[in-house]
Amino acid sequence: MASALIEKYMRQQHLPHIWCPGCGNGILMRDVAQAIDNLGIDRDNVCLVSGIGCSSRAAGYMDFNTIHTTHGRAIAFATGIKLARPDMHVIVVTGDGDAAAIGGNHLIHAARRNIDLTVVVFNNNIYGMTGGQYSPTTPQGERGTTAPYGTVERPFDIAALAAGAGASFTARGSAFHAMQTIKMIEQGISHKGFSLIDCASVCPTYYGRKNKKGDAVEMMKWQRDNAVMAEKAAGMTEEEKRGKLVIGVLSRSDYPEFTAEYQKIIDRLAEGRK
Amino acid sequence: MGKTVLMQGNEACVEGALAAGMRFYAGYPITPSTEIAETASVRLPMVGGRFIQMEDELSSMAAVIGASVAGVKAMTATSGPGFSLKQENIGYASLAEVPCVIVDVQRSGPSTGLPTSPSQADVMQARWGTHGDHPVIAISPSSVRETYDLAIRCFNLAEKYRTPVIFLMDEMVGHLREGIELPDESEIEIISRKMPESMDGDRPYKVKEGEYVPAIPPFGSGMRYNITGLIHDDTGFPTNSNEEADKLCRRLLEKIEKNVDDIITYEEKYLDDADTAVICYGGTTRSVMEAIEKLRSEGVRVGMFRPITIWPFPEKQIKELSKKVKRILVVEHNYGQLVREVERCADEACKIDFLGRINGTVIPPTEVYDAVKEEA
Repeated sequence: MASALIEKYMRQQHLPHIWCPGCGNGILMRDVAQAIDNLGIDRDNVCLVSGIGCSSRAAGYMDFNTIHTTHGRAIAFATGIKLARPDMHVIVVTGDGDAAAIGGNHLIHAARRNIDLTVVVFNNNIYGMTGGQYSPTTPQGERGTTAPYGTVERPFDIAALAAGAGASFTARGSAFHAMQTIKMIEQGISHKGFSLIDCASVCPTYYGRKNKKGDAVEMMKWQRDNAVMAEKAAGMTEEEKRGKLVIGVLSRSDYPEFTAEYQKIIDRLAEGRK
Repeated sequence: MGKTVLMQGNEACVEGALAAGMRFYAGYPITPSTEIAETASVRLPMVGGRFIQMEDELSSMAAVIGASVAGVKAMTATSGPGFSLKQENIGYASLAEVPCVIVDVQRSGPSTGLPTSPSQADVMQARWGTHGDHPVIAISPSSVRETYDLAIRCFNLAEKYRTPVIFLMDEMVGHLREGIELPDESEIEIISRKMPESMDGDRPYKVKEGEYVPAIPPFGSGMRYNITGLIHDDTGFPTNSNEEADKLCRRLLEKIEKNVDDIITYEEKYLDDADTAVICYGGTTRSVMEAIEKLRSEGVRVGMFRPITIWPFPEKQIKELSKKVKRILVVEHNYGQLVREVERCADEACKIDFLGRINGTVIPPTEVYDAVKEEA
């Protein structure tokens, strides 16, 4: 199944990808392609926008309208694309540093506007491209090359951040939970409004090695053994949820979508001229 | 004949942009450019276009690039501090060859400076604000009507050469109100980006032998290609090849260098018999011209040269001018920026003096008069 998908959606002349052996990003990239395929969307009508970092190399490997932008600004570029072409499916592939540190402002404001973008975060808890510095999602106390004694900062829950800012669909998947994650991405793309799927990736090369998490298989096993479905997590205390990976659809609402609301202004003005 | 209207420079900028086909604007409020955003927010939805006030200057620039790659003519406007913030993405548009217009209504700096006061001190930032060797086009208007005309020209140049164009206004012109006659639509020349002959190819950045501008289709038109801020080959995909890097960077720079005669425009006044030439641009031109008219009425042989295209700099024209006159007086609203270019081009062929100021007030005609008279 995977090979047919690769043939159909990957730019094979640009493979193999640059990701390290064991990286979770390849699985997540495949999940995005599978979700689009499952929805049967015309690929000429799909635009993939990415920022800078390991995650953001995904756009270039995939056979859609793809744009690899500047660090942190993928959502802002995507906002312009969506406003120019509201009929297009605009999907942002970003990382934890790209989306929640340098691009954090764009994330919360796009969520607030509820503009119809689907943001897929390849969240590996580390800056991989620059060699393992701690990121806004590195758990407190864990190490990176710039947190040699363990970071004293608290991490962001990116999905909760987006929901708090007004995103009308948020979910969490993981590299291990491919089937569920594909479904969540499908739901995100189909949802009319700002959707964000926070996907736990694995980075055995930097995050894993710095924090003695074992190899890629060990890290994936951790995702398997510590995942709790959102429905179940709803009945758990904060203490019980500590150290767990809550996956599934986390929030959803039918708040009006930005480009559709703006279109109403255009239509109203056109009506007034008649 | 078009209609006569009373209009502010900032408003004329939007009207010109709309006439050129602008259908997207993203911006962030900043004095003294805010009327551009306000006017765009009123006018764009009236013509089926879209306006968005972004969360900051960086995202405004990013959204403009996004809209342009999707095929819509797009503009943003700002002033000094915001212009600094936009620079990284301006470089992206330059490398990725995305047509767009960035208006900088210059105000007094540095830093937050004197936000409501005039200045022309972003001339060098317009040239070198973003990192790396890159091409740039910057245009400067000196009246409300010219702001309208040049806003159209900015879009035409951006589309023709697939490059960001800086519309280098200043507070004097931006906030000036004049009664102007707008041209009839039929008189306006509009240039739109070239489309490829076919959507089948996989080399959107390919250029024909002897040409410099690729015919890149907008997203969604059937050719599924990649855009990146990394050095890329003509497929649009990143490459580490030094040969490809050299080829791309050279083509980007030569695309402007080889077309300076098309891009550069300027105005000359009373230069035929002039001993002294005053070089000025933008709003400062108005003080200069008042002084020159007075000096001429007194028989002083003084003329004026005004670059309308600031970048690329009119090197050839300044070289010739420096051989023709005894003295050039450069008047600009800063500590001396474009004067260095004048000195470089004149190469000591004539005496070069400078008159400027950095206190946030307009250079008065009397000061220009005195500076010319000193040696006339």
